[in-house]
Amino acid sequence: MSPGRRLFYAIPLVWLLVFLLLPFLLVLKISVADAVQAQPPYTPLFTEGSDGGIALSITFANYRFILDDALYLVSYLASIKVAAVATLLCLLVGYPIAYAIARAKGRLQVVLLLLVILPFWTSFLLRVYAWKLLLQGGGLLNGALLALGVIDAPLNLLYSQGAVYVGIVYSYLPFMVLPLYAALARLDHSLVEAALDLGCRPWQAFARVTLPLSLPGIIAGSLLVFIPAVGEFVIPELLGGPDSIMIGRVLWNEFFANRDWPLASAVAIAMLLILVLPIALLQNRTTGTQASASLPRPKQGRRP
Amino acid sequence: MSRRPIALITLAAFGYAFLYVPIILLVAYSFNGGDRVMVWQGFSTRWYAELFQDAQLLQAAWLSLRIAVVNATCATILGLMAGYVLVRFGRFRSRTLFSGMLAAPLVIPEVITGLSLLMLFVALQEIVGWPAARGVTTITLAHITFSSAYVAVVVQSRLAQLDPALEEAAMDLGATPARTFLLVTVPLLAPALVAGWLLAFTLSIDDLVIASFVSGPGASTLPMVIFSKVRIGLSPEINALATLMIGVVMLGGLVALLLLGRASRQAAAAQQGAGPRHSA
Repeated sequence: MSPGRRLFYAIPLVWLLVFLLLPFLLVLKISVADAVQAQPPYTPLFTEGSDGGIALSITFANYRFILDDALYLVSYLASIKVAAVATLLCLLVGYPIAYAIARAKGRLQVVLLLLVILPFWTSFLLRVYAWKLLLQGGGLLNGALLALGVIDAPLNLLYSQGAVYVGIVYSYLPFMVLPLYAALARLDHSLVEAALDLGCRPWQAFARVTLPLSLPGIIAGSLLVFIPAVGEFVIPELLGGPDSIMIGRVLWNEFFANRDWPLASAVAIAMLLILVLPIALLQNRTTGTQASASLPRPKQGRRP
Repeated sequence: MSRRPIALITLAAFGYAFLYVPIILLVAYSFNGGDRVMVWQGFSTRWYAELFQDAQLLQAAWLSLRIAVVNATCATILGLMAGYVLVRFGRFRSRTLFSGMLAAPLVIPEVITGLSLLMLFVALQEIVGWPAARGVTTITLAHITFSSAYVAVVVQSRLAQLDPALEEAAMDLGATPARTFLLVTVPLLAPALVAGWLLAFTLSIDDLVIASFVSGPGASTLPMVIFSKVRIGLSPEINALATLMIGVVMLGGLVALLLLGRASRQAAAAQQGAGPRHSA
């Protein structure tokens, strides 16, 4: 490697080692320390003994505490459940959108894609806030439902589990739609037509041809929604009630309210353990998925 | 030829309504003149006027803007290098480690990224005395770390579509690798770099969680101030701010996409002009 080339490779590598790997190792280290009233508020990994020797001090008390205290287990399970249900809802809302985009022609297709991506470029925080506006007790959804005579008294929509689901689906919808679109755009529609010609009813053709062929998109999209949803903090904090405890919120409170850095670190490591499997699955799905995490790639021409 | 899929169109229309109704209502209610957010009391730009007199918000916006510009510029350079290494360096020894670390910020929850970076800054301060205080510097470093990963993805996907023969031709004609990179590769990547810059900018100006962890006293970014205002209830001022931000960001996103669209059309035209290619 020439010196120039080496530099090109070394700068990002060193940056990643210092700002990604090292911080992670530090969290791992602090998660086995004790919380103390000091600056920084945790015990050092190595302590100098009275005989001048160096002692390694490791405690698994934080992990034991997480396992013993029901709050943590409940919030882990709740996070997984909320993320899974929200992913399913996202799929239900996103699939028709992605299919409609894939079936659209020419300029309409570009416009429809653009309309899905544009909200993704606007502030996430403000989009979640918009739902607060809609779901508020005297808010617009209640007003509309009252005016239509669907309900007699305002519903308590905000600060509920339902509001959290709506928030997650709304925020992560583009992550679901883009990989789905990529899979559906690749799908050869003549296969569906063949199924219809051979006597399949439209829903049968969908269930037996379209759905199985779009499975890679379904998996990629679901992972892209599920993974960030598990660690979500802003949505349950703004839209959820005090009972919608998710693990991201627990970590935040452990850190900011209780100032217990070692426990917050242990919660972080435990959260990563939940996500190892979905993350590994996602990493296996190579570049197609990664590209759809940012912007859709222009549709490739079909090869003869 | 094909039957008109009424059910599909209806469902998709509902999906789009779901995406846009909240945004449209937020924009509409930013022009509400009343004190109470939810009761319509006639058109007014009163909250925009109040917004521009709110020193705390303006200060935070200016801070966020500065961080976002510095971040986007550094992240684009770093992301360009990382993406280039991954696509053009072939197989090298630490490739798995390199690409794994680069992909990490895309999948690791923000609370973990924020916490781990704070631990780093605390440890650095203790050991080498730098950064001396947490604030703008630490937020910027944290933002560069996670947004350069996104830039690298954009660069990678564009670079993979580029024909390496162009770079080889430049070197065959006597250009040094550095000249080839600056005069051939970078201009060809320009649309991806612009899109990457805008993406990094957006990610930075939108980030609440990571900034909250690594910030220090006196350095409150715009999302941090917004969050403290909307945590409890609604704020008509924030409606006005949201409308402005949605307008600006949508404009930015639109420009990025137009650039990308034009570039891919140009690339397609260039390939057609070059005749049928012998693909491997």
